[in-house]
Amino acid sequence: MIGIGFVYLVAGSFFAACAVLGVVDRRWANALFHALLATSFFAGDRIGDLGNGVLVLALVAVATSGRMRRGEPAEAASPRGPLLALALVIPAAALGGTLLFKQVPALVDPKQATLVALATGVLLALALCWAVLRRTPLEGVRAGRRLLDEIGWAAVMPQLLASLGAVFALAGVGEVVGGLVGQAIPAGSVLGATIAYGLGMALFTIVMGNAFAAFPVMAAAVGIPLLVQQYGGDPAPVAAIGMLAGFCGTLLTPMAANFNIVPAALLELKDRYGVIRAQAATALPLLLFNILLLWWVVR
Amino acid sequence: MLVLSGVAVIALGFLLRFNPLLVIVVAALVTGLAAGLDPLAVLARFGHAFNETRYVTAIYMVLPVIGLLERAGLQARARSLVAGLKGLTVGRFLTGYLLFRQLSAALGLTAIAGPAQTVRPLVAPMAEAAAEGRTDVDPERVRALAAATDNVGLFFGEDIFIAIGSILLMKGVLDGYGIHIEPFHLSVWAIPTAIAAFLIHGFRLWLLDRRPAGTTR
Repeated sequence: MIGIGFVYLVAGSFFAACAVLGVVDRRWANALFHALLATSFFAGDRIGDLGNGVLVLALVAVATSGRMRRGEPAEAASPRGPLLALALVIPAAALGGTLLFKQVPALVDPKQATLVALATGVLLALALCWAVLRRTPLEGVRAGRRLLDEIGWAAVMPQLLASLGAVFALAGVGEVVGGLVGQAIPAGSVLGATIAYGLGMALFTIVMGNAFAAFPVMAAAVGIPLLVQQYGGDPAPVAAIGMLAGFCGTLLTPMAANFNIVPAALLELKDRYGVIRAQAATALPLLLFNILLLWWVVR
Repeated sequence: MLVLSGVAVIALGFLLRFNPLLVIVVAALVTGLAAGLDPLAVLARFGHAFNETRYVTAIYMVLPVIGLLERAGLQARARSLVAGLKGLTVGRFLTGYLLFRQLSAALGLTAIAGPAQTVRPLVAPMAEAAAEGRTDVDPERVRALAAATDNVGLFFGEDIFIAIGSILLMKGVLDGYGIHIEPFHLSVWAIPTAIAAFLIHGFRLWLLDRRPAGTTR
């Protein structure tokens, strides 16, 4: 069955090719960084938990060495060929593949349908570029390596943050924060409980970078015992709007690196927090809206 | 209480602008030690989680295609497409993209767009082209707003789809308290916020268009 292993093979091959090109171009630190990533994608399941931990330490050591170089500027040719159509191959494959692969659970792991579709789309698009534009996959890897170097070490930040979340969960950080928030609420105040819940979701999401980590904690501390059980609020809006209040927090935090930091690098913004700055004026009024809506529903 | 020291490490580390990767690893170590784990156990736990979350980093496999098309002139093509449309302002263009992103995410199609797939190769250059001639708008800010619009559209569209991760998580957590709710009821309650997000972000984009030439900020 085709599953996540296929996706890791495609992604790992790209990182490995970047490492080889890095050696060819004498960009040693970048090559080492990409080689470590390729190792993780190819052999991560075989080197054990401790081995993976050491691999992470090596990645961080390379990243903090200050020797990784940014991508070199690239010349763009004057446009020729059906470029927009080719650019839509990956989104279209993601869409079509997701729908199609779910119909053949024997062939493709339905849980990974979207990622498998994305990887298939990448291979398809590379083949079409070769056939239509006469540009080889090697050229693609070279150009992709430049973009990856433009993102630099920030590329693994989302994955490291997800791993930090696992350590936080193991240590019970959520329960402690939930207990603190629970103590801070004035007794008998629906508005107070609503504000604590909505703000707590946003703030805890800002710390964790992920509303998924915040939700079980805030639901246990405030949402279920106070808003639902004590004040008789409908659990559906309490849960749904609470989660969305958390999403407002996601817009505000560098901890949500894949949404906020990686795009800033990818768009070559000078300000690492430029995307967050552009989101703040939407996130804050929207958080207020969510808290007021929830208060209106529960009271 | 002691386990919160990792959170403090994160906050301080980001504030003092240390390398974020180093800050994350130190925070994990401090948190684990505070919880009474030995350092090797923390490292193993961290390595295990790192290995389990590789799918987050797998998205970069699209970069060869994006890079190749950019060398073939994709951004210029995207620009000229927009420049040919008179009356298309940067605010209107991004509002249209916001609506597209919210609606497609509400249908569960979250992976068809994103910073690497669509924003860098298409949306950002198109938005910049639509802002051409505006001396009062910083191209850097236009690109940042393109990425921001993608995020806002995704976050406040996807929860309307009943089979998205966050809906399933909410259902799971509520089930744990003996509260059984159909995913549909959760997704319905995402609609008011989706509309509010469109209005608030759309209003900001409308303001972007209104700013008279020659003024800043």
